[in-house]
Amino acid sequence: MNVLIPTPLRSYTGQRVVEARGSTLGAVLADLDRQFPGIRFRMINEQDCMRPHVRFFVNGRQAFDVSQPLGPSDEVVIVQALSGG
Amino acid sequence: MTTRGRKTVRSKVARRLVVLVATRKGAWLYHGDAGRKTWRSDGPHFLGHIVNHLVLDPRDGRTLLVAAKTGHLGPTVFRSTDLGRSWKEAVRPPAFNKAPDGQPGRAVDHTFWLTPGHASEPDSWYAGTSPQGLFRSEDGGVTWDPFSGINDDPQYRKWMGTVQDGTPDGPKLHSIIIDPRDPAHLYFAMSGGGVHESTDRGQTWMPIVAGLEVVEGLDAAEITFHDPHCVRLCPGNPDRLYQQNHCGIYRLDRPSSEWVRIGRRMPRRVGDVGFPIVVHPHDPDTVWVFPMDGGSVWPRTSPGGVPAAYVTRNGGKTWRSAAAGLPEGQAWWTVKRQAMTSDVNDPVGLYFGTTSGELWASRDEGEKWDCIAAHLPEIYAVEVAAPA
Repeated sequence: MNVLIPTPLRSYTGQRVVEARGSTLGAVLADLDRQFPGIRFRMINEQDCMRPHVRFFVNGRQAFDVSQPLGPSDEVVIVQALSGG
Repeated sequence: MTTRGRKTVRSKVARRLVVLVATRKGAWLYHGDAGRKTWRSDGPHFLGHIVNHLVLDPRDGRTLLVAAKTGHLGPTVFRSTDLGRSWKEAVRPPAFNKAPDGQPGRAVDHTFWLTPGHASEPDSWYAGTSPQGLFRSEDGGVTWDPFSGINDDPQYRKWMGTVQDGTPDGPKLHSIIIDPRDPAHLYFAMSGGGVHESTDRGQTWMPIVAGLEVVEGLDAAEITFHDPHCVRLCPGNPDRLYQQNHCGIYRLDRPSSEWVRIGRRMPRRVGDVGFPIVVHPHDPDTVWVFPMDGGSVWPRTSPGGVPAAYVTRNGGKTWRSAAAGLPEGQAWWTVKRQAMTSDVNDPVGLYFGTTSGELWASRDEGEKWDCIAAHLPEIYAVEVAAPA
């Protein structure tokens, strides 16, 4: 599936959109980390929780848990939260 | 300088230095000439990253580590072995152990402090984090692991307190010190959480807080309430430590475990509150501090808007201002705990960075100051090093 990468993380991917595989959001993020080492920890902390200022959307709806199931045609969008500062 | 046991020998050989500046919005390197008169700016590196510490390994003169995060992204460590011409990210940055299912775990918000390991242990590094955590790398900062067990120790977790017991930017573990005579002899400090010592390479730790004062109304017997801002060990006498605390300036002469408040001799209008403390690289009786206003609502600015370093040449018996060249008024900045340091030249050079983004240097042990850079972001840390 396609994953839209926000600008703060494009130093890892070099691309705006990348492909990743996985049956859950967590699996997709793990696949991203295999392709682009280090990218997952910038988004997900060591307790497997989403960092406070990173947001994940699946087909336009916000995901709140990395265990959320995904289908092969789903689109994942990662954005940095509009938290200012 | 060479170290022979407890004695140090000065070197008048001028070495080209680099001043490493960590800021709220990135990192800069300032390369000096042999006379420390001109400085060439190299930066920004990691523009937009919150950089808490930037340290060059004195053992190889080439491994440079950066503790960084952004406002949105999680914390990491970057490495360079060519003075910042290229960078690689740590494969495994400092991170707490995963908590058992159903139990709350801690997450590193930022790596705050980096300390190269003992000279006999090449590639070893220590890191302190916010919230308080102690980590070690044995491969030059590529991978990091929790060190010594304190991160998950119930007693230490209690002493670490809550977010309310830390600094406004989060509770921190800092001032990681390795005894130059013994790699198993370690110190660290926590804001809040006191000063701690290990003599067995971190297997066991003991608090050293006797003699330290705490905020009025709190119980000094409670380790959580102790707030050491910065602790330094004297290279010229590793049995002597100095501390700038939330509640004064202190000296500790081992084997005693009781700190002595030496800041009472500071001018009353200035007080003895501040963040940084800098020890002389050879003379254990010489120390510099940079006081701030800790009155009323704790403005954390230079007292009266008149910034000044203060120096003692007799272990804290007397202090005098060392402010020539600094603004004489209406300068409302201060210097954070990692943002003041010294080189090892003769005479010693001093360097500090301000919360208003100015970098100041003195080539004569603080007798006269020059601003060598301005208009940087808020400066969090300043280190000086001699590249290989």
